[in-house]
Amino acid sequence: MADELDSGDTAWILASTALVLFMTLPGLALFYGGLVRTKNVLSVLMQCLALTALMTLLWLDFGYTLAFGTEGMVAGEVNLNSFVGSLDKMFLAGVGTDALAGTIPEILFFIFQCTFAVITPALMIGAFAERMKFSAVLLFSALWLFVVYVPICHMTWGGDGGLFWDWGVIDLAGGIVVHITAGVSALVAAIVIGPRKGYPDTPMPPHNLTMCVTGTGMLWVGWYGFNGGSGLAANGAAAMSITVTHVSASTAALTWMFIEWFKHGKPSVLGIATGAIAGLAAVTPAAGVVGPMGGFCIGLASGTICFLASTTLKTRMGYDDSLDVFGVHGVGGFVGTVLAGVFGASAFGGLVDDMAIGSQVGTQLLAALITAGWAAGAGFVLLKITDAIVGLRVDEEAESKGLDLSEHEERGYIL
Amino acid sequence: MKLVQAVIKPFKLDDVRDALAQVGVEGLTVTEGKGYGRQKGHTEVYRGAEYEVDLLPKTLLEVVVRDDQLDTVVATISETAQTGKIGDGKIFVYDVEQVIRIRTGEEGEAAV
Repeated sequence: MADELDSGDTAWILASTALVLFMTLPGLALFYGGLVRTKNVLSVLMQCLALTALMTLLWLDFGYTLAFGTEGMVAGEVNLNSFVGSLDKMFLAGVGTDALAGTIPEILFFIFQCTFAVITPALMIGAFAERMKFSAVLLFSALWLFVVYVPICHMTWGGDGGLFWDWGVIDLAGGIVVHITAGVSALVAAIVIGPRKGYPDTPMPPHNLTMCVTGTGMLWVGWYGFNGGSGLAANGAAAMSITVTHVSASTAALTWMFIEWFKHGKPSVLGIATGAIAGLAAVTPAAGVVGPMGGFCIGLASGTICFLASTTLKTRMGYDDSLDVFGVHGVGGFVGTVLAGVFGASAFGGLVDDMAIGSQVGTQLLAALITAGWAAGAGFVLLKITDAIVGLRVDEEAESKGLDLSEHEERGYIL
Repeated sequence: MKLVQAVIKPFKLDDVRDALAQVGVEGLTVTEGKGYGRQKGHTEVYRGAEYEVDLLPKTLLEVVVRDDQLDTVVATISETAQTGKIGDGKIFVYDVEQVIRIRTGEEGEAAV
């Protein structure tokens, strides 16, 4: 790591930080807000806003140091600090304006990573939308940040001595850290909390697809910072990351659209938007190692597999992952994490010269499965704890009335 | 005097209004509504889940006419609102006992 500040890198990560926050506020908020029914639109916007604020403070006190504190880490040695960071940077101790992380100020690295810690729990709200108590959303997300997000983040991105890092796991911007953790815990939450009242017999179509498409556009744009900033440098690799991200999103969007067109007779707007998000989620881990053709193949795979997961699999299994967090993010993250081990190889146009595809895929798969197992098990326990303390679900009357009025005493639309 | 009430497809409103103006109808009332007839509604698909939507957008048009205008008005609406496809709508005719123009106090056919 260089120990000199590079103003070009710093400028790009400053911009990327804004782009990633733009993904949650307003991108995800509008995307999810449009997908729920009129009576719940504010509840989803509120959860995105409140989680942004809450996660920021949690990241400031213990989150950042537990995720990125490097004390006690020894390259190649497995100890406690392979799983979780140290406490030496609590409340940003020692992280002033002069401290560096590589070629950028560490305080910038802190706030850039903060935006990841914000969007990851926010992704999960789509699975239990329209029925979870607001207090439970806050408590569960806060516990989840420390128990699920922080250790997986540390293991993957903590540097030499981190478990997945030492294994050589490829995860540029969070296929494992963001999408698999959020997607799998979200699925468990959807199952534990149970389906929405009336699901699947009562129609629950999105109340405003215009909002969804607006949000999708913002997420897509924001993803440039998400993947393009994760190399922490303004260079050719960042440009390649953005390019493959764009190619994957475009391919998956069209893939989903054509599948629906063929299957249902019409190319739906929600379909192409969802496909784009699936392509973005899937390319996230791979965007640091694959070339344009890799981006294309990952888009094709995620567009198809996420479509099947969000429609066929969900219907067959009967769970109510209301806004398809697992189907799009969990499955998309998994697909990209595994395929990074294939399309990262130079033989497939990737950027890694000496990659042994078989063993890399094995490593990717193992890390993905461990993460999924932890996100499922720990997620389940945290849901039970939350249930015991504040209760998970609003009562039947409140659910019928809608969370906007029952939880916040406000309405989204006064027409 | 008769009240002619017609349920028509919304996109036919302008055509019907122009045609009625040409046969001497000077005023009418329009309400946007929803409904269905024998054809029922249609299906919408969101992420693979199919929803039956029974209530389709319709326009309710109401006009009070003199008895001697009735046949012309009914024929005009019927011809103009027709597409030949299912869901073109219906026309209902009612007797009207009295009409009063609020501004002048005129009554009966003079107020129509």
